[in-house]
Amino acid sequence: MTRILPIAFNTYREAVRDRILYNLIVFALLIVGSALLVGQISIEIERIVLINMGLTSISIFGVVIAIFIGISLVWKEIERRTIYTVLAHPVRRWEFLFGKFVGLFGTLAFNAALMSIGFFAALIYLSHGVSRPDTYILIAIYFIVLQLMMMTALAMLFSTYSSPLLSSIFAFAIFAIGTFSEDLHNFAAAAQGPAKAVMTAVAYIVPNFSSLNVILQVAHGIPVEAGLVLHNTLYAITYTAVVLACAAAIFENRNFK
Amino acid sequence: MLALEIRDLSKTFSVGFWKKRPRCVLKPLNLAVEEGEVFGYLGPNGAGKTTTLKLLMGLIYPTTGTARIFGVPIDDPRAKTNIGFSPEQPYFYDYLTAQELLEYYAQLSGVPSGERAKRAAASLTRVGLKDLDRLQLRKFSKGMLQRVALAQAIVHDPKFLFLDEPMSGLDPIGRREVRDLIQELKDEGKTIFFSTHILSDAEALCDRVAVLNHGELKGIGVVRELLSGTEGPVEIVWHGDVGRADLEALGAKTRGAGSMTRAVLPQARLNSALDALRKVNARIESVNPVRHSLEDFFIEKLNLHSQDPPVEAARS
Repeated sequence: MTRILPIAFNTYREAVRDRILYNLIVFALLIVGSALLVGQISIEIERIVLINMGLTSISIFGVVIAIFIGISLVWKEIERRTIYTVLAHPVRRWEFLFGKFVGLFGTLAFNAALMSIGFFAALIYLSHGVSRPDTYILIAIYFIVLQLMMMTALAMLFSTYSSPLLSSIFAFAIFAIGTFSEDLHNFAAAAQGPAKAVMTAVAYIVPNFSSLNVILQVAHGIPVEAGLVLHNTLYAITYTAVVLACAAAIFENRNFK
Repeated sequence: MLALEIRDLSKTFSVGFWKKRPRCVLKPLNLAVEEGEVFGYLGPNGAGKTTTLKLLMGLIYPTTGTARIFGVPIDDPRAKTNIGFSPEQPYFYDYLTAQELLEYYAQLSGVPSGERAKRAAASLTRVGLKDLDRLQLRKFSKGMLQRVALAQAIVHDPKFLFLDEPMSGLDPIGRREVRDLIQELKDEGKTIFFSTHILSDAEALCDRVAVLNHGELKGIGVVRELLSGTEGPVEIVWHGDVGRADLEALGAKTRGAGSMTRAVLPQARLNSALDALRKVNARIESVNPVRHSLEDFFIEKLNLHSQDPPVEAARS
């Protein structure tokens, strides 16, 4: 931990100094604009529209940052040779990788927390107070953070062996497929023969982002079951751990020519 | 205890896209560096010096062989607790200031939090960057980055320093300052392994040198012995050319130099040569041992092996 934390903090510092948090300004403008606009459209669905738009924005902003920073996180260290002096210290390669992951994920979680505060402020402005269903929104945000954790790990995995361009293609493709993973499971159930085996394998390899998306549900004030929270937490942690282990295995064997 | 022990360390890369073929960049290397020694690792560009240092730092993996730093295998992170490394063409996180960078590296090396800022400032002062500690590294010149590289290598006060071309990119004053710094570190008892192709730097600083070419170790020598010339030839210079034939008869190589004559002969025949010159009343200007330079050793080692006949030709 004595070496992981400084690496994580340095990654966070890099993101902040590269003005990553400037996205919050765009988000704030989007939310304030939406709150003012939907308030004039309809009294009944304004809350639903705002929750949908706010949570989707938190998710998309987070995923885009996770991919764009994550894909170059390790690659940049190798290309710019900054890794040389780090690994000349008593730092294991997996510690370096995990430190980078913790730093980026921490940045994204902090970013999501700030966006959530802005979003709740807009919601309170529109609803003139807080109601019980609003607490379900916190669970949806928690699921978004889990999704960001998995995307960060995947982006870093690609970053350990591929260029940023290819990594971004892989990462966005995985995100798109993962968003429709429910359909993949349905296809796998309906398929037969070798196609069934292939579809089932693909359905389990890509991240299941469908079950992490409860935005529509909480927008309508429907509670989220505790079982789903537990399941998604365990699933996201396990998936992230496996992806990071693969990234570490690749990174461990690389020669930095 | 040996500070560094290298046994049969070699590296072969696979090159080519479709059809991979091996390319050996370092042939099995055996080397030992004593504690407190300044060891120069010499060779022309592309000789394999940086490859060796990358192997020792764990940046690339050896094809064969092992190495130990103070008895600890290099693949054990504990081997790196007592070392500092300054890479060739150093790159750092350019969004950090020099002070922040050094504190970061000090933290990675386990320097207690209360000492980091102090150690970072002291290291920057030692390399002459005291007034630039709050400046972001993206605003540093190449020479300044080279100094930062040295500062980060010493910030945690390691016992052993690995310096890859530490003078490259420096102006003459900077080179002199870095040379003085290495001398200071040597006086403090640090072990220093540094690669260079600038022979005057190695001659001024090193206790021993190794010459590498085409990934192969060509020779190792003690600098003092290489330069001493105690057993080597001597040079006599005298006015006029009287007695020249007598000295040539003693096996001297002579040459006229303006109004004087210069003769070089083995030291064992010095007295006979001086007697011969006295006999003809020659006015002797000087008698000096012929000093070898490190360059002679370097060129000799490179030429010696490049003149080796190919194995097939030798057999036939």
